[in-house]
Amino acid sequence: MRLELRLAGEGGQGLITAAIILAEACAEYTQLNAAQTQSYGPESRGGASRADVIISTDEIDYPEVKAPDVLVVMAQEASDKYVQGVRPGGTVIVDTTYVKPIPKSEAERLKVVEYPISAKARDLGREIVANIVALGLVVEITGIVPKDAVVAAVLDRVPKGTEELNKKAFFVGVDAVKEL
Amino acid sequence: MTKKRARLLQGNEAVVEGAIAAGLTFFAGYPITPSTEIAELCAAKLPAIGGKFIQMEDEIASMAAVCGASLAGMKAMTATSGPGFSLKQENLGFAVKGELPCVVVNVQRVGPSTGMPTSASQGDVMQARWGSHGDHEMVALSPSSVQEAFTLAVESFNIAEEYRTPVILLMDEMIGHLREKVVLPEKEELVIRNREKPNMTPEQYKPFAMDHGEIAGVPPLAAYGDGFKFHVTGLTHGEDGFPTNNPAIAEKQLKRLNEKISSNKKALTRVEKFYMDDAEVVVFAYGGTARSARKAVKDARAQGIKAGMLRAITIWPFAEDALLEVKRNSPKAVIVPEMNLGQLVLPVKRVIGDSAPVIPINKIAGQLVEPEEILLAIKEAM
Repeated sequence: MRLELRLAGEGGQGLITAAIILAEACAEYTQLNAAQTQSYGPESRGGASRADVIISTDEIDYPEVKAPDVLVVMAQEASDKYVQGVRPGGTVIVDTTYVKPIPKSEAERLKVVEYPISAKARDLGREIVANIVALGLVVEITGIVPKDAVVAAVLDRVPKGTEELNKKAFFVGVDAVKEL
Repeated sequence: MTKKRARLLQGNEAVVEGAIAAGLTFFAGYPITPSTEIAELCAAKLPAIGGKFIQMEDEIASMAAVCGASLAGMKAMTATSGPGFSLKQENLGFAVKGELPCVVVNVQRVGPSTGMPTSASQGDVMQARWGSHGDHEMVALSPSSVQEAFTLAVESFNIAEEYRTPVILLMDEMIGHLREKVVLPEKEELVIRNREKPNMTPEQYKPFAMDHGEIAGVPPLAAYGDGFKFHVTGLTHGEDGFPTNNPAIAEKQLKRLNEKISSNKKALTRVEKFYMDDAEVVVFAYGGTARSARKAVKDARAQGIKAGMLRAITIWPFAEDALLEVKRNSPKAVIVPEMNLGQLVLPVKRVIGDSAPVIPINKIAGQLVEPEEILLAIKEAM
């Protein structure tokens, strides 16, 4: 089993952090192998940002994502750039706060999940946890890694005092899938 | 939920973990993408273990500080990328000449000049060998996984200490920034070597003695501050460390300096052989590119094609002996994938000669060599 995931948006949205947390959940709390890579420009805020994760029961030889099984897009530019690369039959999770509907031609060959990820994070108090809401969606949709492993990995990494907020954000994402 | 022993680490982080496990206590550097995490982590970790982290005014000064720390008996390291590696060359030569154990990490990015800071490259392979002027040997190791970034950081210090020489840990951005699952060995599982100290009085001590030392040609090194007063210079020097223009002495010393590495090539040059026993097509790869090669070889084998990979773990000294063995087996081709314009193609051809075609696959703009490209070349060679 090998699953390729891509989280794409803008610098500052915390997508690299979300990818690291997912990979840490697999590598440090389960028997799964994980490899995490990223692509970003020289800016630390704004600019295109992309984080990839490969999760596998086998050794991961080539650690780069080629055609993701699951793509999360949280900015229009990221959607324009990466949706076409998703494997046929793959899943695209769209943050409708910032991204227009996927063009019909693409939507027909993919499973599209639309959810106002950033707006829901804002409702929780801070938009900065949008990445963790997205993580909740990814984990619930793929079922690739136990949720308690991801929660533990989230708590390992987030700043002190934000644990409850981040936990809540994660389950907002998880519950969103159940309601779809 | 309880954590298992494995950790998710980035290549750059693994280098720091390995260096500290090997005894690193001094880091001087000038942060540069894609090596910055190494400086960041050294800044966070070294003070807590009684070590020193210094951000210097530039790369030239950081290499000078590393030379000084080494002379004071510390295990010292710096980390950089292409533009900084260029600036370090002068003092890297000083470390060669002064025989100062230290480790220089170069996480390669696309060049020349400032190039593409966040993109992977293997463009400094020849610079690692010949970036500094004058006849000299150089040891350079190239990890192809995060786990190996750890083990080769340890190995770099061991070689530096054992042979009194700088060692280059030649990473690429692909491995430097890759995060993957690693299991760090326990302290007692590691072999850590330390430089030989003089066992004579300060008056008898000669820092560049021709015939002292457990390894031929590697004189013991006293630490400044231990009561041994001695002279170190980039000028060609005699056994006492003072400059000389005497051709007989100069020749003897320069030969010793080169031969302490070249005569130990067998011990220093490590390779991995992957499906090489009956390989009809051989992929010669190193660093991040070897990940693609491994996948291509597995895919070829799954299709019944006898492909194998010879992976250079040590880039310099070059894997001549392993390639001579390849030549004796007369393969149908030797494929050399690199993220540069073919810097190791000529060294491979020099050994393989006309016995087999040597086929380069090159990427120079930050893209990786993909497994499919190597697989295609393997099939075309059959």
